[in-house]
Amino acid sequence: MDAAALVASLQQAVPDATLETAATVDLHPTFYVSHGHVSAVARALHDTSTLNFAFLAELTAVDYWPREPRFEVVYVLVSLQHRLRARMKVRVPGPDAHLTTVSDIWPAANWLEREVWDLFGIAFDGHPDPRRLLMPEDWEGFPLRKDSPVQIRRPPQVTEPLQVTADEFRQNVERDRLARE
Amino acid sequence: MGIESEYEIPVLTTTVEKMVQWARRSSIWPVTFGLACCAIEMMAMSCSRYDVARFGAEVFRGSPRQSDLMIIAGRLSRKMAPALRRIYDQMPEPKWVISMGACASIGGVFDNYAIVQGVDQVVPVDVYVPGCPPRPESLIYGIVELQRKIAQQRLAS
Repeated sequence: MDAAALVASLQQAVPDATLETAATVDLHPTFYVSHGHVSAVARALHDTSTLNFAFLAELTAVDYWPREPRFEVVYVLVSLQHRLRARMKVRVPGPDAHLTTVSDIWPAANWLEREVWDLFGIAFDGHPDPRRLLMPEDWEGFPLRKDSPVQIRRPPQVTEPLQVTADEFRQNVERDRLARE
Repeated sequence: MGIESEYEIPVLTTTVEKMVQWARRSSIWPVTFGLACCAIEMMAMSCSRYDVARFGAEVFRGSPRQSDLMIIAGRLSRKMAPALRRIYDQMPEPKWVISMGACASIGGVFDNYAIVQGVDQVVPVDVYVPGCPPRPESLIYGIVELQRKIAQQRLAS
């Protein structure tokens, strides 16, 4: 199945979406989806019996700063049943970058979307657990953006050891023992 | 001569300080703390080809409570820094730190936001071992240097 046939069958399933094929070097069928129809097209890819893309192999993003729309989110999909591969791309505008989650369709997208949020700052609407994945929780900024400073210097955050007296130590042990009983 | 020649039995006299220094430097037990590719060289050092057991530092402990030495082998990410500091704090005194390789010492080629540019920002370092990665012989030399340092540490000031 080439990209044109894939887009035709998807267009049938989601008539509202704007779909366009894209040229690739590796000949995997690749197409762009309009920003608002990611969830519907992903659902069609997953549920249509002739496609059955049950496996989300990769979800990542590319920053084309200073071009606008700035980001492209890339979904690499595999249909184990029909031996197909497909690459779905979405253009995401830079200011207030956000996109609908697909973690309700492919559970594998949960951490991948957290990674994209962590490193590119693209928010995923409806994500069940929108926390950072790799960077420290209190990190400011999104390091894989092209305009993010790479060689910034911040002192590492470490905690000093807790100093307790012998009495406090005994009280802590006693409190733990009572809490367990 | 001293007391050794007075008696027929074999006796050696020394000071308590010298004996404690000898005991400390002859059995430096490192905590297992490999962070990156330098850890491979650290493992090679402890195995039979390079055999750091000759210097009494082959017993890698899984617990910081039983360790004297922390070999920071590899790049320390900013997120790992609190964990490293906690393990260092859990080690009983006296304790020493070897910063192994370019990454641990100054950040190495990873001059970026994610890597701590020198672990001496987090823990006090006794010996820096240069190299990328250092060969096991280099690390053994670092341990021997540390032994020289321990031999000069006074018990009471």
